[in-house]
Amino acid sequence: MGHALPPQPLDVDRLIDDRRTRIIVCCGSGGVGKTTTAAALGLRAAERGRNVVVLTVDPARRLAQSMGLTSLDNTPRLVPGVGPPAADTGQHATWQDGTARAGSLHAMMLDMKRTFDEIVEAHADPDRAAQILANPFYQSLSSGFSGTQEYMAMEKLGQLRRADEWDLIVVDTPPSRSALDFLDAPQRLGRFLDGRLLRLLVAPAKFGGRAGLRMLNAGFGVVTGIVTKILGGQMLKDVQTFVSAMDTMFGGFRERAEYTYRLLRAPGTAFLVIAAPEPDALREASYFVERLAQEGMPLAGLILNRVHRSPAAGLSAARSLAAAEMLQAAGSSSRPAPGRAAEGRAGQQNGSHALAIAALRLHAERMQLTASERRLAEHFTAAHPLVPVAEIPAQPDDVHDLAGLRAIGTAFGGE
Amino acid sequence: MQATPGAGRIGHTGMTCYVHADSLHCVGTRDTDWEGVRLHVVTGKGGTGKTTVAGALALALASGGKRILLIEVEGRQGIAQLFDVPPLPYEERKVAVAPATDGRPGGDVFALVAEAESALLEYLEMFYNLRHAGTALTKLGVMDFATTIAPGLRDVLLTGKAAEAVRRKESGSPVYDAVVMDAPPTGRIGRFLNVASEVSGVARAGPIRGHADTVQKVIRSPETAVHFVTVLEEMPVQETLDGIAELRGLGGGGIQIGWIMVNMTRQLELPEDQLRAAADGSLDAGELSVGLKAAGLEDSQVLATYLVAELVEQARTDAGQQVQRRRLDDVRQPCYELPMITDGMDLGGLYRLAAALRAQGAA
Repeated sequence: MGHALPPQPLDVDRLIDDRRTRIIVCCGSGGVGKTTTAAALGLRAAERGRNVVVLTVDPARRLAQSMGLTSLDNTPRLVPGVGPPAADTGQHATWQDGTARAGSLHAMMLDMKRTFDEIVEAHADPDRAAQILANPFYQSLSSGFSGTQEYMAMEKLGQLRRADEWDLIVVDTPPSRSALDFLDAPQRLGRFLDGRLLRLLVAPAKFGGRAGLRMLNAGFGVVTGIVTKILGGQMLKDVQTFVSAMDTMFGGFRERAEYTYRLLRAPGTAFLVIAAPEPDALREASYFVERLAQEGMPLAGLILNRVHRSPAAGLSAARSLAAAEMLQAAGSSSRPAPGRAAEGRAGQQNGSHALAIAALRLHAERMQLTASERRLAEHFTAAHPLVPVAEIPAQPDDVHDLAGLRAIGTAFGGE
Repeated sequence: MQATPGAGRIGHTGMTCYVHADSLHCVGTRDTDWEGVRLHVVTGKGGTGKTTVAGALALALASGGKRILLIEVEGRQGIAQLFDVPPLPYEERKVAVAPATDGRPGGDVFALVAEAESALLEYLEMFYNLRHAGTALTKLGVMDFATTIAPGLRDVLLTGKAAEAVRRKESGSPVYDAVVMDAPPTGRIGRFLNVASEVSGVARAGPIRGHADTVQKVIRSPETAVHFVTVLEEMPVQETLDGIAELRGLGGGGIQIGWIMVNMTRQLELPEDQLRAAADGSLDAGELSVGLKAAGLEDSQVLATYLVAELVEQARTDAGQQVQRRRLDDVRQPCYELPMITDGMDLGGLYRLAAALRAQGAA
């Protein structure tokens, strides 16, 4: 195997400066800094002149606070203190067509139950809506079913896109078992809601007579039997009431899921896969990259967060450790016999070397860490040589304010 | 051993004490000793090394001739990667041997990738002799519904599998001395373990409900403990605190909270005054430069400014970590520290972490 080629650099600024980019989806496994990345990206785009809304699913209060908001809810809120493009960044004050580059940033947090309730309210008359909202099966579906959060995130994305009030939507995907759930769960839930099972549970006899399903006839009695046995009769009653009340909406769930799925493949959508230089996160990133390619969804690139670097990369881990060991050995051999005066001097002597020893050991560890991160990144690039990569250095402090988010944004710009 | 010097158990009956860097924890245990724990549920925020710690714990528990089962429930094949073996099927397989130490014999770690669909089929077969209903169930969407959509059902099937392994016996004695579960992340752990109430949305009566109640009993017994893996950063610590509060708030017998496993710790070995100087950026590069020169390194002055920058950054990180450590102290749970493995996590690193856990009295 030859030496690994470096990946193409990912030009985040070019992506957000391109006004044809209307949706950016940030995906990746949990704990890689997805939400913070989405917020930093939104802020940078806003300060470069875009009208941005960030849709997050992460209830972390700290992030809301870092954007100057006490909390985030299901309605986009204007983030105060977002500046216009600074004159010294060399940015033009206007877009090419002459309009002013006056950006803004809104942020919101998905409330899946509220979003679901709103769909019901929009599609049913008040009486029927009230009936649905009070149904135990609906309540469980809208707040606890897995896939509901992903489905509603997609639904919200579709709503924001249709509202056309923002020219860039940055989406932070829900934390789920697998990053791929974001793509699969809405369709799975849509299939379930529109599918045979619910109808079967409601009216097995009628359903069993349908053409094309006769081959399964013999199994029907058994299946309804099992379902009733396993889940109990009360659930069936709730489902029946739910289905008859929702009748007008049936057939619509899968369609809605498919609408947003198509939106994700449309020009103007870009996916950013977020990862940290750790085996699990990069493995998930690989799955995602492969899946996006299969689905024909546009991948802009990989953002590799929390990358460690050293300003003294010329001093290798091995040499640094060897130097530390040498100092340590010299220190202990020159230690004089116990004695008050001598001890004071030895302490001084040892003290100065202690600093160098600690620094050299720390540097050796940093170099080892850098090397193992580099290996992981190279594995990814070897498998996906065409995926552009942006590396964001590890920040020593947690992000607490817009300045912190801005600092991450600066790293996107490769500065 | 990079673990905090002096860390470990200095306990006596009914009272267990742990010492670490800057605090003394004395935690009254319940009537049972930690020795009685047979189901170890390991949770943690994404990115904290939950799977790695679960693997290290399984290895640590296996030493001394024990038989341990490590269960993965999120279908990531993380265990196979960790132990460097081919992807695991829905079947218990031996993945590692714990080393013999201090005259104690080694032990065996088995692994299982628990999977909801197979568990459901197994369940149907066991109770209804209906294994062949699988195809019809899949066609009608029942399988999808039960294993991926319905709240709680999937979790009951997975926790049920772990509970079954804990209780399984062969000729009168347990097949496994303990079961370690690489559980879902902290944000979902409360719902995952609170199975009986989570399935009530879809099963208020019937055998699933009955099964859930049985599983619940195992999870809420003194035989089960939930361990939280964290790193000393604000968000993972917050999630740990929230997760502990959530489990404590579940009531009704309660779920036993085990250890906080502080992962990837690293401490600067510097005298107090120099640590402070590093943290406020007033470290003397000249003094460092003298040391570097003594070590025969060229360009010692330039190098010193670079290394000072690294020390300052690390000292700031350390200071932030101390703040997080104090927040963890407030919940008064025993803590274990796992050193940062800087040269890439592999089997060697895993054995080092297992040794660190043993040295601190986790096994």
